[in-house]
Amino acid sequence: MDAPQQPTTPEPPAGSIRERANSRLMLKLIGFALGAFGFGFALVPLYEVLCDITGVGNPKDLLRASFVDPAVTPAADDSRLVTVEFVGDLPSVGNWEFRPVIAEMKVHPGRLYEVDYVAHNLTGRDTVANAIPNVAPGKATAFFRKTECFCFVPQHFAKDEERVMPVRFVVDPNLPKSIDRITLSYVFHDNSTRVAALKD
Amino acid sequence: MANTAAHDATHDAHDHRPQGLKRWLYATNHKDIGTMYLVFACVMFFLGGAMALLIRLELFQPGMQFLDPAFYNSMTTMHALLMIFGAVMPAWTGLANWMVPLQVGAPDMALPRLNNFSFWLLPFAFTLLLLTLFVPGGAPAGGWTLYPPLSLQAGDSFPLTIFAIHLLGISSILGAINVIVTIMNMRAPGMGLLNMSLFCWTWLITAYLLILVMPVLAGAVTMLLTDYFFDTAFFTAAGGGDPVMFQHIFWFFGHPEVYILILPAFGVVSEIIPTFSRKPLFGYESMVYATASIAFLSFIVWAHHMFTVGMPLAGQLFFMLSTMLIAVPTGVKVFNWCATMWKGSISFETPMLFAIAFLFLFTLGGLSGLMLAIVPADFQYHDTYFVVAHFHYVLVPGSVFAIMAAVYYWLPKWSGRMYDEKIGKLHFWMSAIGVNVLFFPQHFLGLAGMPRRIPDYATQFADWNMVSSVGAVIFGFSQLLFVYVIWKAVRSGETAPQRPWEGAHGLEWELPTPAPYHSWDTPPPREVITKGAMH
Repeated sequence: MDAPQQPTTPEPPAGSIRERANSRLMLKLIGFALGAFGFGFALVPLYEVLCDITGVGNPKDLLRASFVDPAVTPAADDSRLVTVEFVGDLPSVGNWEFRPVIAEMKVHPGRLYEVDYVAHNLTGRDTVANAIPNVAPGKATAFFRKTECFCFVPQHFAKDEERVMPVRFVVDPNLPKSIDRITLSYVFHDNSTRVAALKD
Repeated sequence: MANTAAHDATHDAHDHRPQGLKRWLYATNHKDIGTMYLVFACVMFFLGGAMALLIRLELFQPGMQFLDPAFYNSMTTMHALLMIFGAVMPAWTGLANWMVPLQVGAPDMALPRLNNFSFWLLPFAFTLLLLTLFVPGGAPAGGWTLYPPLSLQAGDSFPLTIFAIHLLGISSILGAINVIVTIMNMRAPGMGLLNMSLFCWTWLITAYLLILVMPVLAGAVTMLLTDYFFDTAFFTAAGGGDPVMFQHIFWFFGHPEVYILILPAFGVVSEIIPTFSRKPLFGYESMVYATASIAFLSFIVWAHHMFTVGMPLAGQLFFMLSTMLIAVPTGVKVFNWCATMWKGSISFETPMLFAIAFLFLFTLGGLSGLMLAIVPADFQYHDTYFVVAHFHYVLVPGSVFAIMAAVYYWLPKWSGRMYDEKIGKLHFWMSAIGVNVLFFPQHFLGLAGMPRRIPDYATQFADWNMVSSVGAVIFGFSQLLFVYVIWKAVRSGETAPQRPWEGAHGLEWELPTPAPYHSWDTPPPREVITKGAMH
């Protein structure tokens, strides 16, 4: 059998009408794709909103100083001990020294404590560095209050300067009973070119 | 070409065909472009395959034998990029170019010049990508997922990789737009959407996935680019950015992407199994709805790729359960294919062999996917060879076998000649045995704790790695048979009849063999459409 190639009903000479319809649909779909490109960028603030709502992993919160209001914060709980561990990391090896002076301390929730970190600039030039904090487990983040921290502002270091930098913190007595160990960690980024992004 | 309507199709085949290099460079004919896509995919398949063989060569024994570790890492990265974006995706676009107009009764793709552009972007994209092998610092070595901060530590290869991804992204978006416009606007009069072949249906849904997620990938790599060169801090922790954010954005693209690679395979298998079972497809409409459900679900499961980066319990539960939900529509498909074969009059020509192997082995890959969906289990399996085994099972005996099945199935229609059934079957058995020897032991390696992307390993993993490498050699070299069987068919195969498979019912089989250069200049009559769509 040959292929049936006979015209059946006289269809309208669709050429130009169809071409116009094709380009209209093409333009719509290109617009759709451009919208999806924009949506990719919109995901950045969207995820941040999601982090705000769920309260997890939001670095901006961790960089904010906390105010401990005696009116709403229960009194210090001296019957309870929570271990706080301190960690200091560098994104690359060899051009900085960065560490906490003690590895951990036992604290009573509701009391103010201070711990020191030491940083030593071995980059061979004057520079600026940012400490990016993190608290683990995630559930403890909201109960770990830093009233003073070297992570709040960029730290200027002269060539070969070594400096001790303090952190003051309070563990909120409302900390869930299931948590008896909190880790505070910092990554110390030497990044003078990126300071502008942190200024606000 | 409306003025050729009066001529008959065979005459048309000798008409209006530009000759020489210009035929390919200026190609607007969907068959020429389809052929170019398929040849390009084949070249990339062998290049990516050569890289895989280098990987398996290094892993044949524990210890560092042949490759420098950095080069080894760029082999895993480049192998993935080449196979995903260079081999499987262009192969599907090539098949869509060839088959969609034939199956919907259209004279060509809706936007022929755009079609030319989207193909010719690919050689440029992959030239850029392959150039990275020769720049200081070597090719990208941080994995095809380009996670920062590692990817931001790349050398001169970085901008080349990013621009290559931009180009191939534009190429596949334009290709997808062409498929959508062709299917929506160019169907023959009388052909409703639910008269279409399942290959067209799955491609229509794939095309929508493509234009939704490829731009998101383009956005993600653009953010990497500005982080690298222009001091933005989307993903740079030092500037207040978040590297985990990249993973969220990447997998918002990445999970639909894996369905982009597999959905057209579902379409092909849904054409081949009914043909060789000599029964209509069981549950045509449920197949369409299952495909659409899988496509929808693919957008809400992305974080199962990143359980170990940490997320709230509610998030873990949501992504675990939504991932497991995908097993329902996929199960519908698998059972429909089985039901199609049930009490069918089955014959085992090469396309059917590949389709049946797809059915078994893809399902196996799907099951290991379900294991990976379980959060506590995933904590153990994450970044081990179990994951490697899982996605190679769904991609090699899944997508790649389906592409091969499609080539064997439609080659007579394309070339007018039959392939050598003996060599075809030899190719099938070598591939089917090779692929299992290659990838099945990787399940054991992963469960025993061998991590991915390492050039050296502890000695307790030695035996199964050796078996896996032997399988790689069997599988890899048997693909030369595939090229040989096609070459032999095109050169000197027996002349194929118009309908080489007696159970085949699509519109494409109503055309003469080989399909004339210009087909369906006059749309097929309605009774042929309803006869063709024997679902």
